[in-house]
Amino acid sequence: MDTIHSFTPVWVILTSSVAALLIALLGRWPNLRESCIFAAAAIKLGLLLSLAPAVLDGKLYEFEVMELLPNVGLAFKVDALGLLFALVSVSLWIPTTIFSMGFLRPLKRHAQTRFFFFFAIAISSAVGVAFSANLLTLFIFYEALSLSTYPLVTHHQDDDAIKGGRKYLTYLLGTSIALALPAMIIVYQQTGSLDFANGGVFADGTSTTLLVVLLVMFLFGFAKAALMPFHAWLPGAMVAPAPVSALLHAVAVVKVGVFSIIRVLTGIFGVDLLANTPSLSTIVCVLAGFTLIVASLIALTQDNIKSRLAYSTIGQLSYIILGVGLATKSGIAGATLHIPMHAFGKITLFLCAGAIYQACGAKCISQMHGIGRKIPLTMTAFFIGSLCVIGLPPTGGFVSKWYLLTGSLNSGQQWAFAVFLTSSLLNAAYFLPFVYKAFFSSPSDEAKWESAKEPPLLTVVPVLITAMGCVLLFFFSGKLYQFADKFVELYVSK
Amino acid sequence: MTVQLPIVIILGPLLGAVLAAFTGWFRPRLSHPLVVIGLAISFAAALKLVFIVADAGAQKYWLGGWGPKQGHGVVGIQITVDYLNTLLLAAVSGIALLTSVYTRRLVDTELAGRQRYFYALFSLLVTGLLGITITGDIFNLYVFMEIAALSSYALIAYGRGRAYMAAFNYLIMGTMGACLYLLGVGFIFAKSGTLNIDDVSAIIPALRQSQALFVGFVLILLGAWAKMAFFPFHGWLPNAYAHAPTASAAILAPLATKVAVYTMLRIMFTVYSIDYIIHSPGIQSLALYLSSLAIVIASFFSLTQTNLKKLASYFVLSEIGYMVGGAWLANKPGLTGAMVHVVADAAMTSALFMAIGCIVYRLGQAQLDDLKGVFFKMPVTMAAFVVTMAALIGVPPTCGFFSKWYLIQGAAQAGVWHFIAALLLSSLVKAIILFRIIEIGYNRVPHPAIEGNPAIPRNEAPLSMLIPTVAMSLGLIALGLATNTLVNTIIANAVPTALTQ
Repeated sequence: MDTIHSFTPVWVILTSSVAALLIALLGRWPNLRESCIFAAAAIKLGLLLSLAPAVLDGKLYEFEVMELLPNVGLAFKVDALGLLFALVSVSLWIPTTIFSMGFLRPLKRHAQTRFFFFFAIAISSAVGVAFSANLLTLFIFYEALSLSTYPLVTHHQDDDAIKGGRKYLTYLLGTSIALALPAMIIVYQQTGSLDFANGGVFADGTSTTLLVVLLVMFLFGFAKAALMPFHAWLPGAMVAPAPVSALLHAVAVVKVGVFSIIRVLTGIFGVDLLANTPSLSTIVCVLAGFTLIVASLIALTQDNIKSRLAYSTIGQLSYIILGVGLATKSGIAGATLHIPMHAFGKITLFLCAGAIYQACGAKCISQMHGIGRKIPLTMTAFFIGSLCVIGLPPTGGFVSKWYLLTGSLNSGQQWAFAVFLTSSLLNAAYFLPFVYKAFFSSPSDEAKWESAKEPPLLTVVPVLITAMGCVLLFFFSGKLYQFADKFVELYVSK
Repeated sequence: MTVQLPIVIILGPLLGAVLAAFTGWFRPRLSHPLVVIGLAISFAAALKLVFIVADAGAQKYWLGGWGPKQGHGVVGIQITVDYLNTLLLAAVSGIALLTSVYTRRLVDTELAGRQRYFYALFSLLVTGLLGITITGDIFNLYVFMEIAALSSYALIAYGRGRAYMAAFNYLIMGTMGACLYLLGVGFIFAKSGTLNIDDVSAIIPALRQSQALFVGFVLILLGAWAKMAFFPFHGWLPNAYAHAPTASAAILAPLATKVAVYTMLRIMFTVYSIDYIIHSPGIQSLALYLSSLAIVIASFFSLTQTNLKKLASYFVLSEIGYMVGGAWLANKPGLTGAMVHVVADAAMTSALFMAIGCIVYRLGQAQLDDLKGVFFKMPVTMAAFVVTMAALIGVPPTCGFFSKWYLIQGAAQAGVWHFIAALLLSSLVKAIILFRIIEIGYNRVPHPAIEGNPAIPRNEAPLSMLIPTVAMSLGLIALGLATNTLVNTIIANAVPTALTQ
């Protein structure tokens, strides 16, 4: 396998940190400040795209900054999965920033500079996770992400925000310190290595009990993936402003959680070990399958639109974990593809929720009868986003679900097929009636929505961009599949 | 010239102390600069020695040239700079130097009119601590221990209110510790006929069965534990540090206990040996349980504290559990972790008390409830505070993360799961406390940037305090990134060879 020694991955990570500094300095001039963000995002995207051809050609970019512990360094490696995840995070950073401008400025929100500053740091951390070559580097950026998003979650600084923030940190820091960290140290103590490698790091004959314990510690330790019962932080974090929920809690933060789990399952345990040790694979699948169904059921009961989306996210994250847990080629490919597909779908939905709130101040689904006729653009985008999350054509979600379903049939866990289908039905059940009522039923007496109108351009345009993205992903899914294929090729031997 | 460097380390602060006390009679303003100069010389020498030791191994120095003579026993006192103590020497003198700069404004307000006594005692304390660390003679170590202890009693008693009582408690406990230590030294001397560490360690393996040596070992261990406020001898410490003047706490908290831990390491691994430790398994498991208990209990107490200084004192207590536990794991990663943590914790505690000192200087007190809005008043100080707390929690890439890594790795290797649980619990508790402080200091005030809310004027600590504080907290990150290099070049060589095979 070819590796290219290059500093570019580090530059990609640093661009948004540098942008963060500029944002802090330019706080007094909002326009200049935000142009900085766009410039940084464009540079970052450009750099990422420049890495793509070689990665799709099967090469890896590597760079070790320094050694931190014997045999474990602060090191970066860009493979197809990491690059895909970084591309998704960075490309969605742009519409979210436009949306933030449209959302925060008219409401005269305070501390916008702080908001954009920590946002940029969070993006850096997410890309850092994506490019980590070993578990320690990943852990460093994982923690940086938890800490840098705390000020975003508590942005409103009222009692609810403080409470949500407290929950956020308790879950994320608590699990990572109490479970993921010791698991990582035990792996290091056992094997002397933390590098992500095809086939994992464990020697043959490692006791299954130890493996099971470590697996569970990792699955729950990366609580950003919101596996039940460590999911409650996600609905709690919905007190954050809409753009934060959109980018961080549909894309960056939660995807970093599942990304970490994918890395651990493929690079530390190894797909072969997973496939050959039924107990390991079953644990992953059962935990994820349970979360998937239960979260979808809870989502049905939520009236607040953001908490419904939050529970939907919890379920969708488990799709990805379940896909990897199947330990088959198409399962892992489907899981990989589900990262961008769900990201685009869910960010559209979250941005729409923000736009609806801005248009008429409504937060609850039961208030929104007939709203579709007042804000048709926003609601159409919402419809497309929900199609993507449910997994219906012509949106990207269909493609990833296709592979996931195929993967479940090829594996030893055929029941997962039923779980996927049931959950898709539940997804449809919690999104489509809402869309139907928004367009076709008449407004209730209390809420006539006479004054409601489409929100300002800066809010609507990003919503439409991401909705369009959902559709485009369907038609260009072949390109994305190349990434998934390269990743599978690298980590699945059979 | 470099041959004389080891003694320069002690002479700097010793002369500084004498001159500060002497010039204080007619030129009180000279005391502070004299002490700073003495410490700077000491730090320069210690730093140079780190490089020399890393290249060439241990440096030995005979006081007054009274080396061993053919046919006679050792009479003179030897001082040694080797892999085990060179980093600590640099840390102690470096932290003392920064703290001496840092404390000037604090002392001017807290101890107006008594500055020269304070600085003389300060410098004498540092002399004692450096002496304990550098000496190669177990009786000489006792002498320096008393020098350090007597000056710290006085430094604590300078505080207001209950400081006298706290200092008295400390005096009782400290004297007991010193007595136990001295008794232990007596046992060793009676059996081996020498006080020189190199000689004693050469003789001890032949006397492994000796009950007297074992009693001596236990006595010294208890003495060191009392000195370092290890559970259950910890009662004196929180009050002593909380009621002491902030300037005294800033120098005592980071250094005094760490040097006592070093004493324990020195006795365990170079006077006695790793064999000796492994073959006294009763003590080993006792020490490990006590370490876990120390960490857990100190963590719980820290949760209930309402005063920032006292809170920080409980942190000191729990960190002692880390180091003692790491040492008694008696394996390579555990011992590495303990040695890294001695240096890392000295730096972290120093940064913590410096940040608290800045807060106390401006707010006049350090009750948690008084911290409302402190992030707006003192943003730079609080940034340093957050970095320091992150290091104490063990967030990578600060030094606290790496020492904890080695400790947990050692505990996993030895299968001491309760120690891992205690370490993780302590991290979590510190995280809770950090975010409690962030909530009080940042979120519990109407945000000044929102229209209509009152502005909170900035009121940072003076630069002479702020710069050392920020430097120290940035140093925590630098130290973290340098951990691997330090371990490879120095600390790995201090681990007894029996463990590295």
